Amino acid sequence: MRAVLCLVTVADGAAASGVADEVSLQALAAASALASGGAVHALVIGEGGASAAADLGAWGATQVHVATHLALTSFAPDAWARILADLADTLGVAAVVGPGSDAGNTVLARVAARLDLPFAANCTAVVPGDTVVVTRARWGGSLLEEAAINAPRAILTTQPHSIAKTSTGGSAAVVTFAPTLDDADLAVRVVGHVEAAKGGVSLAEAKIVVSGGRGVGSTDGFAPIEELAGLLGAAVGCSRAVTISGWRPHTDQVGQTGTKIAPDLYIACGISGATQHMAGVKGAKTILAINKDHEAPIMTGADYAVIGDLATVVPAISAAIRARRTG
Amino acid sequence: MRVLVCIKRVPAVAGRITLTDGDRAIDARYLGFTIGPHEECGVEEAVRLIEAHGGESVVLTLGPAEATEQLRDAMALGISRAIHLVTDGEEWDGQCAAAAIVDAVRADEAANGPFDLILLGNEAADSGGYQVPARLGRALGRPAVAGIKGLAVADGKVRLEQEAGGGRDVYEVALPAVVSVLEGINLPRYPSVPGRIRAKSKPIAPSSPVRPEQRLAMIRLVVPQTSATEAVVLGNGPDAAPAVVDMLASLGVL
Ligand SMILES: Cc1cc2nc3c(=O)[nH]c(=O)nc-3n(C[C@H](O)[C@H](O)[C@H](O)COP(=O)(O)OP(=O)(O)OC[C@H]3O[C@@H](n4cnc5c(N)ncnc54)[C@H](O)[C@@H]3O)c2cc1C
Ligand SMILES: Nc1ncnc2c1ncn2[C@@H]1O[C@H](COP(=O)(O)O)[C@@H](O)[C@H]1O
Repeated sequence: MRAVLCLVTVADGAAASGVADEVSLQALAAASALASGGAVHALVIGEGGASAAADLGAWGATQVHVATHLALTSFAPDAWARILADLADTLGVAAVVGPGSDAGNTVLARVAARLDLPFAANCTAVVPGDTVVVTRARWGGSLLEEAAINAPRAILTTQPHSIAKTSTGGSAAVVTFAPTLDDADLAVRVVGHVEAAKGGVSLAEAKIVVSGGRGVGSTDGFAPIEELAGLLGAAVGCSRAVTISGWRPHTDQVGQTGTKIAPDLYIACGISGATQHMAGVKGAKTILAINKDHEAPIMTGADYAVIGDLATVVPAISAAIRARRTG
Repeated sequence: MRVLVCIKRVPAVAGRITLTDGDRAIDARYLGFTIGPHEECGVEEAVRLIEAHGGESVVLTLGPAEATEQLRDAMALGISRAIHLVTDGEEWDGQCAAAAIVDAVRADEAANGPFDLILLGNEAADSGGYQVPARLGRALGRPAVAGIKGLAVADGKVRLEQEAGGGRDVYEVALPAVVSVLEGINLPRYPSVPGRIRAKSKPIAPSSPVRPEQRLAMIRLVVPQTSATEAVVLGNGPDAAPAVVDMLASLGVL
């Protein structure tokens, strides 16, 4: 039994939503496991967190701390880390946990740096004990590592969607406090926001994605892919071979260093299925591969396949869809 | 200005990973080696900054003797010189790697003056530690900003953009600073033949730091089980189209 502190962030990054995000509830489940019956402290930062705080007892928190400060109107990773590290000291917790999101990883890394402790990012499993043992994701999850955290206090984040959130139906007291912050803690903070030009189906959210790889051959080779995507109301994606050739922008790249997607249907045309590519489509419900090589690695990752030249197969599929719709 | 970029040699895995050494390393006998995509963009960004502002770019790695290959690749793209912290090939955890890099930065800066920018990848391609940039920033007392997809230097400051909620969040910090970048911040160039030839005579300064006890101590690596079922082949060539359409209809997407 030991006390554990968990950072909880709110959905959309926008403080205004006031709802804890899924990945934070998953982190809270890991924090509960590490506490093994001890106190589970949750920390939410900023005014927007206050409304999220009330619900956290139902997800394993035994006490919720809400940090509010006039300077915390926008994300400031060092300030967040300072608040977490100070609270960890005050509470004397044995572990500090956070979600393995962009914000969670950068904040928890800074907590570890401040406290000069090791940091285990993106854990998929945690084993409590005097020495915490974790399993963590490498290579975007294509490889796992078991590691011991040799430190009096374990600092870690949880890999998104690998530890299930657990509803405990409990309730937790909420305390609001004003953290101490110096100018140095606020040197790095968001000072503005640029809206993206809207248009098309967003790759990250799309229900169907049609992707092209090196087999597409050129920028113009994407015309049939675009056409099929248009017919299906799908977003267009691509492999890294395509982006580094300059055929498509990096915003279209799917994979470990691109966008991670979870569509109902993923159609991969002329993509070999490298582990780093497949790391981005783990959440896809159904995968159709179109490839001229029946031995391409994607043949074991996909549910369905067509063996053939995508330059003729893809237009034939579009034509058959049209025929079915008009027929 | 002076820019340092940190890179890490990793095996170029593509297909299924196999392990060696009592499950403590990737079997790289049949693989080439590379650096992560984020770091490739870090190198490109460093080269562009020096092209635009003048000055010197330096590449640093902590890795085995063979990592000179990755240092030469970076110099072929236009980086001026290299710092090589030579290891015996065993991995260093993020905390130990960062400490050794900080020592090397301090030593180089004592001789040559401060780096205005230290560029890194957001996370290493292999270990995905997500921490060396934050540790460098803390130890050197410089602002550190992670996950950057847009960078512009002006008037002793750097303006940085990070993807957020469909748009981009903007940071502005004073130099010197530590910045970790994501693939997509730029489109890296390919090395030219003259670049490769020039790289051969660019200096690499080696040193051999002692590997401290690892506090994030790897026990073993595990290749996750995947349901490696073969795909159902719907057909060959364009003749497969009707079967595909039937399949799409059964999924309810038509
Ligand atoms: C650290 C790291 C991170 C990475 N991150 C990513 C990432 O985020 N996303 C990503 O995609 N990759 C990533 N990669 C690269 C990855 O390893 C592969 O190199 C890349 O995915 C290959 O792209 P590809 O499948 O399009 O090309 P290839 O591997 O060259 O495959 C092309 C395929 O097209 C088929 N083909 C060729 N012509 C035709 C045709 N006319 N009709 C039908 N089929 C055809 C071939 O049979 C082959 O299977 C990363 C690599 C590293 C080291
Ligand atoms: N051994 C190393 N040598 C040089 N740079 C490194 C090393 N390890 C990590 N880095 C840098 O730090 C970034 C983040 O790594 P990490 O925090 O380990 O995920 C990498 O993309 C590199 O730029």
